[in-house]
Amino acid sequence: MPEGTGENTKAATTGGGPLLAVRGLSKHFEIRERGFFKKVVGHVRAVDDVSFEVQPGETLGLVGESGSGKTTVARCILRAMRPTTGEVIFRRADGVKVDLAKLEDRALKALRPQMQMIFQDPFSSLNPRMTVGQIVGEPLVIHGLTRRAEIDARVADVLRKVGLKPDHQARYPHAFSGGQRQRIGIARALIMRPSLIIADEATSALDVSVQAQVLNLLKDLQAELRLTYVFVAHNLNVVRHFCDRVAVMYAGRVVELGRTTEMFANPQHPYTRALLAAVPWPDPDVKMNFDVPGEIADPTKLPAGCSFHPRCPHCFAPCRTDSPVLRDWHGDGSLAACHLHDPKYASGGERVAK
Amino acid sequence: MNANDPQRTDAVLSVENLRTHFMADDGTALPAVDGVTFSIGRGRTLALVGESGCGKSVTSFSILRLIQRPGRIVGGHVRLRSAREGEIDITSLPENSPLLRHVRGGLVSMIFQEPMTALSPVHTVGSQIAEVILLHRGVTKAEARQQAIEMLRKVGIAAPERRFDQFPHEMSGGMRQRVMIAMALVCRPELLVADEPTTALDVTIQAQILGLIRSLQREIGCSVLLITHDLGVVAQASDDVAVMYLGRIVEHGRVRDVLKRPLHPYTQGLLNSIPSLAPATRLESIPGTVPALTAVPRGCPFHPRCPHARAGLCDMGEAPPLRELEAGHQTACLRAEEVLAAGATEVTHA
Repeated sequence: MPEGTGENTKAATTGGGPLLAVRGLSKHFEIRERGFFKKVVGHVRAVDDVSFEVQPGETLGLVGESGSGKTTVARCILRAMRPTTGEVIFRRADGVKVDLAKLEDRALKALRPQMQMIFQDPFSSLNPRMTVGQIVGEPLVIHGLTRRAEIDARVADVLRKVGLKPDHQARYPHAFSGGQRQRIGIARALIMRPSLIIADEATSALDVSVQAQVLNLLKDLQAELRLTYVFVAHNLNVVRHFCDRVAVMYAGRVVELGRTTEMFANPQHPYTRALLAAVPWPDPDVKMNFDVPGEIADPTKLPAGCSFHPRCPHCFAPCRTDSPVLRDWHGDGSLAACHLHDPKYASGGERVAK
Repeated sequence: MNANDPQRTDAVLSVENLRTHFMADDGTALPAVDGVTFSIGRGRTLALVGESGCGKSVTSFSILRLIQRPGRIVGGHVRLRSAREGEIDITSLPENSPLLRHVRGGLVSMIFQEPMTALSPVHTVGSQIAEVILLHRGVTKAEARQQAIEMLRKVGIAAPERRFDQFPHEMSGGMRQRVMIAMALVCRPELLVADEPTTALDVTIQAQILGLIRSLQREIGCSVLLITHDLGVVAQASDDVAVMYLGRIVEHGRVRDVLKRPLHPYTQGLLNSIPSLAPATRLESIPGTVPALTAVPRGCPFHPRCPHARAGLCDMGEAPPLRELEAGHQTACLRAEEVLAAGATEVTHA
């Protein structure tokens, strides 16, 4: 690892602590008027004050509906876009913690091998004019490996790891099925031996039987290579199966954060409850709720106070004015951003039954 | 009674041995739908479920004769038993016949996965709904407008008078799907074909749309053919289910029977692939991939991927037909009795 990133170095530690710590992350987009001057007329707060940590070897799920900001968070972490404010503290392989949000491009490029992304659509994320060998081996070339034999050996090795054959190297993506293409995408992400993988809807485009194969593969690879995943998904079935902890996002904010098993058994935030109740479980004995009120909040005109309040069945006065803070209200490690849990309003509205 | 009997008289739609093939450039025929038989009882919802390429959408398009070249219906019948018009063999109607036009949109209507591509972007949503009314009912423009506004209100669109004059791009995805439903149901069809109606929607909006289809179905008393890949949607929103694999129905029955006690190894594999069990559990996925339609395996098309396949039985001869193993519950598995006896079929969900 090259030196020269010292200005961003937080503290040199050896092991311990989270692999990734996101603190107060915000990403605002400008809305410009049409016309010559394109004056800024407003902002979309796509991500607003998001904080969470991811421990090494852990899988954190980032769930939410369209426009919740989950993909924007993922992109800000990998610096595919620059956050407006906030810190993204990443622990390098040598134990040094750096703030990715403020890193300049050269230092960032040197760090890229350690954090990789798996994309949703295996059809549009692979270049149809490149062979599988070129696609998977490209990161090695970009990062300065030139010896053909070594590149071929590493590509063959990683293809084997993801369940493809080394002699698939010479073929083009069109010769593969959706599940196999997703394996190619995983191989490309793994070839630089990263510690952090951001999977953005990595199995959403796949059929359920293929999805099961890819989820199994990701679990095996995690155990074998000690990978840490941030798993962006909207399918709560998959999240429940795959993630250790879950952050639920709504309108750019994390509204609930906790261990998966506890959250699914006892959701704290009314939005999480609505979300879980609306999931069609493949069991005729578990009835889903068809009466979820309202539309998903429009990020260009968010309501005052809690963004969920117009749809919330428990809404009371402070919800319309004060934005709730994400906090562990009951000392059990489950965080929720909801006034119903705030002892300050204990006598106020109807409280969520624990 | 055999729930799948195409001759049963309470069925609003009977599909009999439907075969829709696509002709490849080199002259080979791809059997996208190859001998599909099912019927839908009046007022009931049948889900047609399967993975990409199984032929579920081709089946639904065939019902309305919407298959375009190089695809062609090469065999079978689609019979509509209309309460208003009597029995109609849709497959035998000439193209451009007035009756076929009346069937499409009047007696049978369809909603699609992506409302943005199914709605015209240059016409207001109101005019698109009114057009359907003008086409199928002899009313004046003013009456059509009034009925369209009433229908928009019924599908849960607030301020329908104002929304009438809006364009699809001014609406959210859920709102557009409501418009599609308004358009499909405004002429009170006897059958609604819904092809993945909620796949593009978020889960809370999906719940609203499924609820809306259900309540309107009750109100106008129509039957629904629901095309989906999601066994969750099947469990929650339909009465009967037919599971498709490689252009054939491999299992058919009431939802509870099929999901709780699947009689075909493919259905069992699909259910085991759903990640709804405890987080630590490894998913039991189906090995291998769906073969191409150019190379459909001999015998039972599922046998190369089937854990119960037996050489000399499952890999021989024609594809096995559906047979009724339990009352109203059919499977195309030759070894269903042994599979059932092996006790590998009880599916439980956490």
